[in-house]
Amino acid sequence: MTVHLKQDEPDTSNRLDGMKQGVIGQPISRVEGLAKVTGTAPYAAEYPIEGCVEGVLATATITRGEILKIDKDSVLGMPGVIAVIDDPRLTTRAAQGTANEAPQQSPRTVCYWGQPIALVVAETFEQARDAAKHLAVEYRPHDGAPLSPDAVEPEEQEDETVRQGDLVHAMSEAAHSVDVTFTTKGHASAAMEPHAAIAQWDGDQLTVHASLQMLNYNISELADAIDLPEEKVRLVSRFVGGGFGSKLGVSEETVAAAIAAMQLERPVRVVMSRQQVFQCIMRRSETTQRLRLAADQKGRLTGFGHEALVSNLPGETFAEPVLQSSHFLYAAQNRKLMLEVARIHRMTAGSVRAPGEAVGMPALEGAMDVLAERAGIDPVELRLRNIPKENPEEGLPFSSHKLAECLREGAEAFGWDSGPRKPRQKRKGEWWVGTGMASAARVHNVGEAKARVTLKPDGTALVETDMTDIGTGTYTILAQIAGEMLGLDPENVLVDLGDTRHPRGPGSGGSWGASSSGSAVYVACKALREELADRVGVTETKLDLADGKVAGGHSLAQVLAGEPLAREGHYEPGAIADDFTAAGFGAFFAQVRVNHFTGESRVDRMLGAFGFGRVLNRKTARSQCLGGITWSIGAALTEALEFDPRDGHLVNCDLAEYHVPVHRDVPDLEVIMVEERDPAASPIQAKGIGELGMCGGAAAIGNAIYNACGARLFDYPMTPDRVLACMPD
Amino acid sequence: MRPFQYERARTLGDAARLVAGADAMAIAGGSNLLDLMKLQVETPGELVDINRAGFAEIEDADDGGLRIGALATNTATAVHPRVRSDYPVLARAILAGATQQLRNKATTGGNLCQRTRCFYFMNIDQPCNKREPGSGCGAIDGVAKLHAVLGTSDECIATYPGDMAVALSALDATVQIASVDGAERSVPVRDFHCLPGDTPWRENVLEDGEVITAVTLPAPVAGVQLYRKVRERSSYAFALVSIAAIVEMRDGVIARADLSFGGLAHKPWHDLRISDLLEGAAPSAQLYDAAADLLLEDARGYGENDFKIPLARRTLHAVLAQAVEDAA
Repeated sequence: MTVHLKQDEPDTSNRLDGMKQGVIGQPISRVEGLAKVTGTAPYAAEYPIEGCVEGVLATATITRGEILKIDKDSVLGMPGVIAVIDDPRLTTRAAQGTANEAPQQSPRTVCYWGQPIALVVAETFEQARDAAKHLAVEYRPHDGAPLSPDAVEPEEQEDETVRQGDLVHAMSEAAHSVDVTFTTKGHASAAMEPHAAIAQWDGDQLTVHASLQMLNYNISELADAIDLPEEKVRLVSRFVGGGFGSKLGVSEETVAAAIAAMQLERPVRVVMSRQQVFQCIMRRSETTQRLRLAADQKGRLTGFGHEALVSNLPGETFAEPVLQSSHFLYAAQNRKLMLEVARIHRMTAGSVRAPGEAVGMPALEGAMDVLAERAGIDPVELRLRNIPKENPEEGLPFSSHKLAECLREGAEAFGWDSGPRKPRQKRKGEWWVGTGMASAARVHNVGEAKARVTLKPDGTALVETDMTDIGTGTYTILAQIAGEMLGLDPENVLVDLGDTRHPRGPGSGGSWGASSSGSAVYVACKALREELADRVGVTETKLDLADGKVAGGHSLAQVLAGEPLAREGHYEPGAIADDFTAAGFGAFFAQVRVNHFTGESRVDRMLGAFGFGRVLNRKTARSQCLGGITWSIGAALTEALEFDPRDGHLVNCDLAEYHVPVHRDVPDLEVIMVEERDPAASPIQAKGIGELGMCGGAAAIGNAIYNACGARLFDYPMTPDRVLACMPD
Repeated sequence: MRPFQYERARTLGDAARLVAGADAMAIAGGSNLLDLMKLQVETPGELVDINRAGFAEIEDADDGGLRIGALATNTATAVHPRVRSDYPVLARAILAGATQQLRNKATTGGNLCQRTRCFYFMNIDQPCNKREPGSGCGAIDGVAKLHAVLGTSDECIATYPGDMAVALSALDATVQIASVDGAERSVPVRDFHCLPGDTPWRENVLEDGEVITAVTLPAPVAGVQLYRKVRERSSYAFALVSIAAIVEMRDGVIARADLSFGGLAHKPWHDLRISDLLEGAAPSAQLYDAAADLLLEDARGYGENDFKIPLARRTLHAVLAQAVEDAA
């Protein structure tokens, strides 16, 4: 029995607060943690499947052109080689998040260097890898493919454009103004687990173990790619070793494994090499961003301009949504926002953790720091003076808004000095020491989701949904939500995820998993409570459930009369999605030291204060914030994709050369969670959290670099060469 | 990875004989070779495992120096009491490199033979004169931020990426080499690596059938020993510039200055003229500048790596200032 909740109104009942079990919000360790650290949690490639053969993708060594011939005979005689699959249904890019249909196919057309063109299958992985490198391919290259965003006339993304008032006039009349251009380099998700899939075909049904974030979309993308009805496909992703956006859409190895398994009638495993993960999944686009800020004497913004240039392959719908939070973060009457995309032949650009704000906020908050300096206003105070009462473009109310609290509480906890600021005030040996801050903002998303919850007479419950846990804590928080609603210790709630046989949800991505699937579990549990209340003769709101007992003396087993009781919850965001602007807000504070001689910058300490609705689990939520701040450090100081200027290939394609922060780069981080209830975010009053921690943090570090040593940089990441180039004598 | 035969050498003689095979390569820790084999950059038909050939000891030498067996791991060397007390620059250089896990596997001999991290060398679908003579240099006009500014050629601008050898160069260590015919020879670390010239595939003076057996350190010298590594992240990153320095002060004057530089060239860079300039002089910013002038007089940037020239100058300033201060 399915219960449907379409949420048109804010839910201020805060039902989770009135329950008796007392587990919601508790800092419970991840329930699958032990299995993961002891190696018993199987990742996609780790299922022992009898007779499984190994596929390795062969990739293009030209940038753009046609494949005239793939000479299969060049490798079919090699040891162990079983087949070369060059099926026209092979996909050549990963699907964009929520695409719901097959991504680009036609593997004989090459659009970027490193694009998958065929699959070589052999008895062992090493044999397949060797053969894939030896596959003889005849190309007809098309010269002159544009490779750099400034090499082409960009396309305006018109639905992003905002023109209100007269920005140029506001700039000319402003008491203080800033007109600066920032750049950011591309980022990679760099998830630990490489993209991998094992496909099995029994002649009628296709089962694929894969490493994916959004199964409900992925099943459609895969089925569409291989022309199989969706009912014939089952996708399983029980454990995912990090996604960060790179596993939102079905990617090349999964489609190739499926096609090969069906053609060869044997199970086929395809694991991408680390280099392939870097070179043929998704990059975050590099950006160029012009920021114009006009302010009155008191620092109140009168004009706001944010124009960004990003890039992607021809034919891709995704354009890094740089301006996403710029639309509503600060009030200003005269506005110009514009997003342009350059069509170039680097690998596909797509979602990498916090698409948009991850790069837009560091630029905006860097410009705000320049404005604070010019206006002689404390940077925290400048932000406080510009918080709008409502969405400044659309006039919509905010669902909830904790920016001011985060700024104030963060500043106090950090020990922020609100006195006059000048660079180069503190030096320890070779190191200049300074501080910086920035606001955080990230749009809140929530999606339609279903989940089934079954109460069992033995006092346990089973939660089933195709939702994934990509390392975020989904297993744990869904057990907490069900436990709280049904009066059970979360240890007695089994959560079964990552299987398309279960009721479907939107998956993990855009920080929407917890509130979407959590709400579906909530709806199912509420329906179970109504049935139980009915059986014991009270109203649902008066039904006390705790520790497996129904208050009033009934045991759960008695009420269930020996029979399991199941409800499927179906949550759908209704008018709330249109009636409010919903976002998470926060503030970052950083102390950074910069070496005067070498230009090396190191973060001494960093604090983030965040408001993102209800905290479902203080431990997993804090971990998400820590991860986000760590990404902020990478975006500020080290992470940059480098592309060859002649053929556009990604050169730094492994974890030694693409510099995510290491432990030594990450000092003790402090997280303050400014708890709130957001009634319009979801019926569990929770908002997205995973991405917020990296939306602006890089600017706190960049601003601290300036405060430390006087080098004002407008280019992220702020590597030693760039710092030295701006370092005053 | 190309299929290969695996042989295990049980003695030094075994190792030299087996490695003499035309298609054979020695494997010790494998921390560099296995990566390159997976990428098909290295495709030996025969892999000779020398791990049990028995030269992993670290022993005192008769002249007061130290003999570090070629198979001693980086970790074993870095934690050795005599290395820590008498040759701290070596311990510091090793600990500045790679990660704990890699250092546990990497060996002295293997680390000396570590190959460049040039992106174009490591990608067999790109041109590289080092990997495929005559195919061109992808890095010149390519992504060359990590590349060399000293001793480059039109054929190759790759760097030697290691840290340990930079310290060994400053210490004036010697590489002990045994050959298949039983001959033994010694080569100063400062002469062990080659500049690319028009033979960029030749990275060191080892001949076919030769095996490194040990590195010997001379008797310890007085002075402060520093290793400074400038890098983008604070661990697990290759040097943009690194400096190994041994500096002794006497009566306000620099009595000894042995300096070697990493990240700048196809080999650990050592220039005796810098020692000659510094030794006997009183420390000053002008002196450090003059030292940097000598170091960098023939430096040439390739666009993206131009910054290494001022960075090397500034880092030299910092290192000399620190060494003089610590030595005083």
